[in-house]
Amino acid sequence: MDLGDTIRNSQIWKSIFRHPMPVDRRNRIVVMLTNFFLHLHPVSIKKQGIALSYTWCMGGVTFFLFLAETVTGVLLMFYYRPTLEWAYQDILALRDVTTLGILRELHRWGAHGMVITVWLHMYRVFLTGSYKPPREFNWVVGVILLLLTLLLSFTGYLLPWDQLAIWAITVGAGMARATPLLGYEGPGAQLLQLGGIPMITNASDARFGLLGARFVGEETLNRFYILHCIAIPLAVALLIAIHFWRVRKDGGISGPL
Amino acid sequence: MHTNVAEFLEDISGFLGSYYLTLGIMNALAALYLWKQRGKGALALLWLVVGMVYVILSPLAMSGSAAAVPQLPEGLRNFIDANTGPVIYSVGTTAILVILYLFRAFFVRPVVAWSILNLSLLYMGLSMADPEFAAIVTKPDNVPIVALVFLLGFFTWLATSKAVENDRRAEEGLPPQEKEDNEKVLVWPDLVYTELICMLALTAILLLWGIGLKAPLEEPASSVKTPNPSKAPWYFLGLQEMLVYFDPWYAGVVLPSLIVVGLMAVPYIDFNRKGNGYYTISERPFSYLMFQFGFLELWITLIILGTFLRGPNWNFFGPYEIWDTHKVLALNNVDLSQYFWEGLLGRGMPKASPGAPTFTALGYILLRELPGILVLGMYFLLLPPLMATTIFRGFFVKMGFVRYMVLANLLLFMASLPIKMVLRWSFNLKYIVSVPEYFLNF
Repeated sequence: MDLGDTIRNSQIWKSIFRHPMPVDRRNRIVVMLTNFFLHLHPVSIKKQGIALSYTWCMGGVTFFLFLAETVTGVLLMFYYRPTLEWAYQDILALRDVTTLGILRELHRWGAHGMVITVWLHMYRVFLTGSYKPPREFNWVVGVILLLLTLLLSFTGYLLPWDQLAIWAITVGAGMARATPLLGYEGPGAQLLQLGGIPMITNASDARFGLLGARFVGEETLNRFYILHCIAIPLAVALLIAIHFWRVRKDGGISGPL
Repeated sequence: MHTNVAEFLEDISGFLGSYYLTLGIMNALAALYLWKQRGKGALALLWLVVGMVYVILSPLAMSGSAAAVPQLPEGLRNFIDANTGPVIYSVGTTAILVILYLFRAFFVRPVVAWSILNLSLLYMGLSMADPEFAAIVTKPDNVPIVALVFLLGFFTWLATSKAVENDRRAEEGLPPQEKEDNEKVLVWPDLVYTELICMLALTAILLLWGIGLKAPLEEPASSVKTPNPSKAPWYFLGLQEMLVYFDPWYAGVVLPSLIVVGLMAVPYIDFNRKGNGYYTISERPFSYLMFQFGFLELWITLIILGTFLRGPNWNFFGPYEIWDTHKVLALNNVDLSQYFWEGLLGRGMPKASPGAPTFTALGYILLRELPGILVLGMYFLLLPPLMATTIFRGFFVKMGFVRYMVLANLLLFMASLPIKMVLRWSFNLKYIVSVPEYFLNF
């Protein structure tokens, strides 16, 4: 008996993997049912449903990039402090000094990549009509995931705290000041008055809610940091779970009826 | 920005040299692939020759001397700069998309698609020898958009060629290609291994990208030094471009919200049950065209415009033009109310006397903007029933009132952007309804 067999016959191995190696048909089926990570998949699938030229694999790529963003993001959180004093300095150190500074490149390019692959995934789903019944609701979940992906990228854009960051957020978040009724420069905001005192001012409107201040400052950095690292990722993780689950429940990967 | 062209060419020579070499290898591989198939020898020879041309261009580009580096003639570049603007750009891209759509059966042929790919890559290479073009394209955050353009081109070709094939089969009474492979396979190993290979390839791509291209980091944030232009992140630049034509409340809040709502509504307003799970165009031309117009024209090309062609003060700059902060473009845009009262009737604008009560002032505002309010009222209230009884008669019958109204309104909101663009270009129209008193300009 060689070493490999010894390991595969040990009590530890068998307690982790509850079946022999998936080398025959029976065990290839069993492995899909008894492994936590694999049980997302069905046991068998239509051949055309996994043809790369049909699916483009863009949903899977997006999910992979989300995982890569999570891992690199958590590692970056060990280095980065979201304060006016340190934010820029820490990014500078990541660029010039820190051994694994490439984590920032991986995180940034992964984020750009994720925006692109989400679009391509939606493009494929639309062009194959895969949003049609019975998958209507999963398309809606997908649209929310698209929105959250953009917001993840947008909130992360501020964190390096350089000129590129604060002015991009100033331009983007500045739109909120024009929200109808709820922005202090939005149509109809003047109509909301209580006894002659305006309710919507630049310290109480939608932009203020987004930035935590009247301009992009330390409050914004803190707010965007928490949104970027905790709030939105949690929401995305939940919706991804629903999205995947519904793919299975709505008839598996799409194909001609 | 590079001021010294000779220095710039030397800097970029290494990149350009390897770029052309890669294109040469790419074509050689295509030639090899075709050579192995029967009866494709002539095509293989063609791409081999093209590949050899690239291989010859490579050392020329590598030399880094202005005389040898392949580039577009300066006259042509100046001509392009002088003759492009938002109008040419938008009309041109729309025209190109229409031509691609109408003659899709021709454009999806591998030999045609490969030629187009070669031409666009050659154009990129020639243009990269221009310092202004290179400066904007190689900005680290802009590189993904270049990738996006080529990825979209590839995937649009892939999807269209499958759709063309399926539509041809449908005419012959055959089921779509996707239905042929209905045999079931086990997920382990067929899918699990594909996923594993994809993950490894992606990790490699991400690592190479990270090593090759540094993430941007500019000067520390300063709330007093406003950069010109100030741009939102690239995926929002289509929205920022809409600010040229609409006020922030509409371009920055209402339209983005409607894009999200409209996308969510898609499965509920598309009553056509055909084309579920396979590529087709002729079985669902309406939804296909609406989506492609919204996505490729109104979203993607506006992002490209906003990223590469909008410079200081959000002025339009040709791809080879220096971003001059002092470029001034005369803007004499006129409101519809001005056209009506001053132009048509030749009298002053209705205006409440100073100190008039709010109610009176409001009445005068309504009177002043009456033409625009009527136009908008007709657009949003009259057009849906009018369309329901004419061009969308069949839709209305099949969809019912609520669904039809959602569809009609979403279409009208989407169309408001290109309509406003055309009105701006042709009549310098600023606002249809302009109530700056209440920040309500449309």
